[in-house]
Amino acid sequence: MSILLRTEKLKKYFGLVSAADHIDLEIEEGVLTSIIGPNGAGKTTLINLLTGNIFPDSGKVFFKEEEITDLPIHERVKKGICRSFQIMNIFPKLTVFENVLIPIFALMNKSLNFYKLIDDHLDAKQKAEHLLNEIGLIDKKNLTAGILSHGDQRLLEIGLAMAPEPELLFLDEPTAGMNPVERIKVLENIRKLSKEKRSTFVIIEHDMDIVFSLSDRIVVLHRGQIIADGTPEDIKKNEEVKKVYLGEEIFWQKR
Amino acid sequence: MKRIKFFLLLALVIFLFSLPAFSGKYILYITIHILILSVFALGFNLLLGYTGLLSFGQAGFFAMGAYACAKILLILPSLLLGTMTGMIAGALAAFLLGFLCVRHTRIYFSMLTLSFGMMIYSLAWKWREVTGGDDGLVGIPRAPLEIPGVLSINMNPMGNYYYYVLVISLVAIYLLYRLIHSPFGLTLKGIRESESRVAYAGISVRHYRLLSFTIAGLYAGLAGSFLPPLENTVTPPIAHWTHSAEPVMVTLLGGIHTFSGPIVGSIVFYIIKDIIVRYTQYWLIWFGAIIVFLVLVFRGGIVIFLIERIWSFMNRR
Repeated sequence: MSILLRTEKLKKYFGLVSAADHIDLEIEEGVLTSIIGPNGAGKTTLINLLTGNIFPDSGKVFFKEEEITDLPIHERVKKGICRSFQIMNIFPKLTVFENVLIPIFALMNKSLNFYKLIDDHLDAKQKAEHLLNEIGLIDKKNLTAGILSHGDQRLLEIGLAMAPEPELLFLDEPTAGMNPVERIKVLENIRKLSKEKRSTFVIIEHDMDIVFSLSDRIVVLHRGQIIADGTPEDIKKNEEVKKVYLGEEIFWQKR
Repeated sequence: MKRIKFFLLLALVIFLFSLPAFSGKYILYITIHILILSVFALGFNLLLGYTGLLSFGQAGFFAMGAYACAKILLILPSLLLGTMTGMIAGALAAFLLGFLCVRHTRIYFSMLTLSFGMMIYSLAWKWREVTGGDDGLVGIPRAPLEIPGVLSINMNPMGNYYYYVLVISLVAIYLLYRLIHSPFGLTLKGIRESESRVAYAGISVRHYRLLSFTIAGLYAGLAGSFLPPLENTVTPPIAHWTHSAEPVMVTLLGGIHTFSGPIVGSIVFYIIKDIIVRYTQYWLIWFGAIIVFLVLVFRGGIVIFLIERIWSFMNRR
């Protein structure tokens, strides 16, 4: 399988704190990868670096062997990288339908169309309905996004990240704060899309049940460094990982 | 609701077109001013209400339009050419200065626009050879509307000029209405709500902001270009930041999240001003107090207030 994304000695310091310390990482197409690590390990920073939210102090990022280290966010999205956020990032005052229409118009290169009314863009509307169907928000499409329940807002957040149809999709704690029913819905979605090979997913998650049941590969971060990388079985056996998670041993004893 | 809205709109347009038949010069003069302020404020609200940027420099672009139009009319008496030049001048100035302004948001953006606006003001004040300095440009003719070989309309009667401003304003307002309800308008609303989310939709936020700023400048320039043929003079105060405050005021008054807000605000603005001026020379004090009162009472603007309170009240009965 081909390598989708590759980093070379990626480094980012916040003052004296190393958030990314010479990270060499390869992400393969079609392999569902999870990134785990204790709080402050640099997981979100890594996503920020890879998607263009922040720029590294040094090191390089390649997407399909093309360097993208200095590209701004929107150009990376056009190349096929997108993400969801840990902290809710939707358009709260617009309706659910309008929310997903924004990235869909962008995908169809119609965002600059300033004369034809939204209502007359039938193809875009159809696409939006399809997406809402997929994430299970079609019944709520005319509600203002800000009044949705927390779980529904999370679903919308993921929907917005999926809308640009990225080849590589980073999900930053997609199920945080969801109830079990919603959580299963989201996971089924991710599993299905991953199977259909429409997107390659990279997930940050705290819930170990999810991580171990879903992932093909797990990368463990600690203080900005990769301390373990392998299949769920490898990670379970890894001594260093256990040490890092000391104090959170309950997770590990369950298994 | 949609039907009623349509008929109300139709009634308003018919009223506006029949206005010269039953009203004097003064009413037409005031109405032209309301139209000018409406176009000016609508462009401004594309920035504030839809893109989420508060500009304090719009008077600069208004003045660019006014001076450019005046210059053209002084050289070549063609009204349409003057209007078009004014529009382009406003847009061009907004594009060049916007390039520097849209890198920042919130208060930083506001301060940058304020200072660039005041730069245009001092330019109008000091560059005597071109702008006439504090005397301004005088003796600007209200040139006839001429398209060679097609038509030539004398604009000296107030009624004719009123129709000219009315038709162009209505077209401009209609186009802006389409823009707001198009994918581009939706994308701008998205930028207002969450900049980073729009970036992750694959859109260059900075380019879209610049475009929005340029369009607002174009509308300011258009509004400005209506002024010289009406008043026959242009003076530097129209570029002053206090003039930039006018669209801010009327937009807040009418409501920033409604399309018609700036128009309703402009109408109320001129009505209040016109009434107070008759009673006292210290009209600004009263005017300010009334505006503050209205903004506090009509939270979210007059239009929202009318729709949400009065409309739902009438429906309940």
